[in-house]
Amino acid sequence: MKKLGLIVNPIAGLGGRVGLKGTDGIDVIKKALDFGAAPSSPARAIEALCVIKRLGLEFELVTYPAEMGADEAREGGLKARTIGNIISGKTTAEDTKRAAKEMLVENVDLILVAGGDGTMADAIEAIDMSVPILGVPTGVKMHSAVFANTPEAAGEVAVRFLRDGLPLREAEVMDIDEDAYRQNRLSAKLKGFAKVPYEPTMVQATKEGSTGYELADQKAIARWIFELMEKGRTYILGPGTTTRAVAEELGIYDSTLLGVDIIRDYKMVAKDVNEKQILQAIEGKPATIIVSPIGRQGFVLGRGNQQISPKVVKKVGKENILVIATLQKLSSTPTLKVDTGDAKLDEVFRGYIKVITGYHQSRMVKVI
Amino acid sequence: MRYQQARWADDERLEPLVFELSKAKRTGYTLPPKAPSESNIPNKLIRTELELPELSEPEVVRHYTRLSQMNYGIDSGFYPLGSCTMKYNPKICEELAALETASCIHPYQDENTVQGALELMYKLEQYLAEIAGVARVCLHPSAGAHGEFLGMLLTRAYHRSRGKERNEVIVPDSAHGTNFASAAMAGFDVVVAPSNSRGRVDLEALRKAVSKRTAALMLTNPNTLGLFEDEILKIAETVHKVGGLLYYDGANLNGILGKTRPGDMGFDIVHFNLHKTFSTPHGGGGPGAGPIGVTKKLEKFLPVPTVEYDKKRKRYYLDYRRPQSVGKIKSFYGNFGVLVKAYAYILLMGASGLQEATEAAVLNANYIMRKLRDVDGFEIKFDMSGPCKHEVVFSAEPMNKNYGVKAHFVAKRLLDYGIHAPTYYFPPIVPEALMIEPTETETKEELDRFIEAMREIAEEAKSHPDKLLAAPTATAIGRLDEAKASREPILSWKMYRKMAK
Repeated sequence: MKKLGLIVNPIAGLGGRVGLKGTDGIDVIKKALDFGAAPSSPARAIEALCVIKRLGLEFELVTYPAEMGADEAREGGLKARTIGNIISGKTTAEDTKRAAKEMLVENVDLILVAGGDGTMADAIEAIDMSVPILGVPTGVKMHSAVFANTPEAAGEVAVRFLRDGLPLREAEVMDIDEDAYRQNRLSAKLKGFAKVPYEPTMVQATKEGSTGYELADQKAIARWIFELMEKGRTYILGPGTTTRAVAEELGIYDSTLLGVDIIRDYKMVAKDVNEKQILQAIEGKPATIIVSPIGRQGFVLGRGNQQISPKVVKKVGKENILVIATLQKLSSTPTLKVDTGDAKLDEVFRGYIKVITGYHQSRMVKVI
Repeated sequence: MRYQQARWADDERLEPLVFELSKAKRTGYTLPPKAPSESNIPNKLIRTELELPELSEPEVVRHYTRLSQMNYGIDSGFYPLGSCTMKYNPKICEELAALETASCIHPYQDENTVQGALELMYKLEQYLAEIAGVARVCLHPSAGAHGEFLGMLLTRAYHRSRGKERNEVIVPDSAHGTNFASAAMAGFDVVVAPSNSRGRVDLEALRKAVSKRTAALMLTNPNTLGLFEDEILKIAETVHKVGGLLYYDGANLNGILGKTRPGDMGFDIVHFNLHKTFSTPHGGGGPGAGPIGVTKKLEKFLPVPTVEYDKKRKRYYLDYRRPQSVGKIKSFYGNFGVLVKAYAYILLMGASGLQEATEAAVLNANYIMRKLRDVDGFEIKFDMSGPCKHEVVFSAEPMNKNYGVKAHFVAKRLLDYGIHAPTYYFPPIVPEALMIEPTETETKEELDRFIEAMREIAEEAKSHPDKLLAAPTATAIGRLDEAKASREPILSWKMYRKMAK
């Protein structure tokens, strides 16, 4: 019988909802909890496990105690054999590393790791390509190419790998320097490689930044957005260089590259905001969200901009979301993805959406 | 047959410019005596030196003959330039257009003195309307893109007359570049709709793209991949349902002429390229003609003047009294010489002849498709389970991947076989695209010669890629700096002299 390992980082993703750019370090966790963040990683891990349960595969699930897997397995309706020890409520990176090492000894066929880039980097420290691994996306930033597009997709890929066998490919595991990231510098480090079941429509590729020759198109997009802007309307400007060009067209040169800013009447009214602040800013007022997909991965919502939460999106309304991307970016990102954490809401976005690609120019692009 | 283009040159340069051949006092012309009216011109406005080249008549004739020998056209050989429909231009059409009664009339002449010209335009309009299945045609646009632009102006006038401002025009990603430009130039926002895996408009994307903002969908059918949009009725329904118009780009009309009609497919505005489908010469910037046909509901917006027939007085006349017209789009009534050639072509072919031409054009394209689709190096990217229409798009991606030979090297190498290059790198949705449109003009022997050339080139890509990279070598001029002429244009002798200084 095939063996599936499961490691859940229960605190992954905690920072995203409140506008922090990751969840490394005790201080950040405390700050996140102070901001009112509720852990979402376990719930998303359960979504993946529910799919596995539904697909009815015969296998043995090996996991770590309590919130690092055993609780989630129980919630997902799966029987699991628990190994190792943790101090519940106080798990750290060390626990992830130890769990991965012990799964290796258990000779599992695949390890599902629920977390973000940091979790993945910890896990592969021990594994180093000796066992295939697949990420369940529950973190804030997921730059590594080891994550499935959604928790459900992770469940499905896991089952298909164990049952039918999928080809394996080497994928980069990236981690970004969270301190630099909080100061608006995107400095991604290659942490190592993992072997990942290859299923191109369900497993994400690595992030590709915008390149120099896109600048003209970014300016053209920015100009049109500028013309579309209405007085009295609140604009929620997502992260990225394409959205930064919009801010610059307005004469705002200190926008947050990796965070969300609020613009009203052509002026920045709040900088680097979290979910709560966005909700306050748009309360009872007409608002528009302006976002650009992450290059290559194609995520429009749910990666790198979790502050724009399902609550925010629902309040603003789907018709008031402007997705902007240069043709160069779209050429390496042929389909878009949405993973807000609210499966029902994600469903609303599926199919074709209009993406603004230039001055008075847009393109229908598929969200899968 | 081996090809070697003439090359009139010394070591350094090709045939000199006509100004450089000039020798003082060696005139080949006689000026008429001074007219009495000329004595009224003030002295300070009279030039004593004209700086015209001075050559004898044989020198002039030889100069231009040599230049023509270093040129290439449909009269020299096969010209499979995709989507351009480079068919043979019958000489009788040229002769008719050159008749004094056609070439020496002036648009300011009194209507009574140009009844024949008006009749020709009136009848040509009617023929085109019948061919396309529309109510009325306007012959004014002097080029394809000019016609597109008029189509967009009509679209705006139509929506305005209904009290609606509609600001979006949908264009498929396989469309001709001019479509995007024409819509944008007329002030519309352009929404690009992707193709599906069959190379046709993706209906799901189109359904999401249309809205109350949709002014029109611009579509070419057969499309730029040479494929018939077989879901055209559903496409038309989708656009019409939201109140949008359907615009037909006539670039590929040669694939369906006499077989089906854009009007019957649901198109509201239909564009023609007389210089493609109706065999008037083109290339080198014109002159062309891009008439626009419309359904009944759009007729009142057509440009002024229209050519009308007064049954009582049995005479043709120009009608400017059209209050809802978009106005004038050209000084006069179209490129008349081109209209004469197209009219002659239609009469020459007759209805059955036009149908036969379409059949031959489609058959020729399919023959090439079948013969080349399995050649190592080329492939067809979209579904080709059925036949193509008048053109076929190959991808040289395998050749590029396996042997590092790109599509444009294939195009250049074809020149060495005495064959004009196909359209390459278009449409952009096909990587390493080679777009081939043989037209009905070519014989099976000529097609076989082309197919053999393509096979040899594919073989060469494997065995002697270096040879390919050096092509063309059998032409008057080898590899050119392709961007230089655009970046540093020298368009006249004056400019040339200035540059030389």
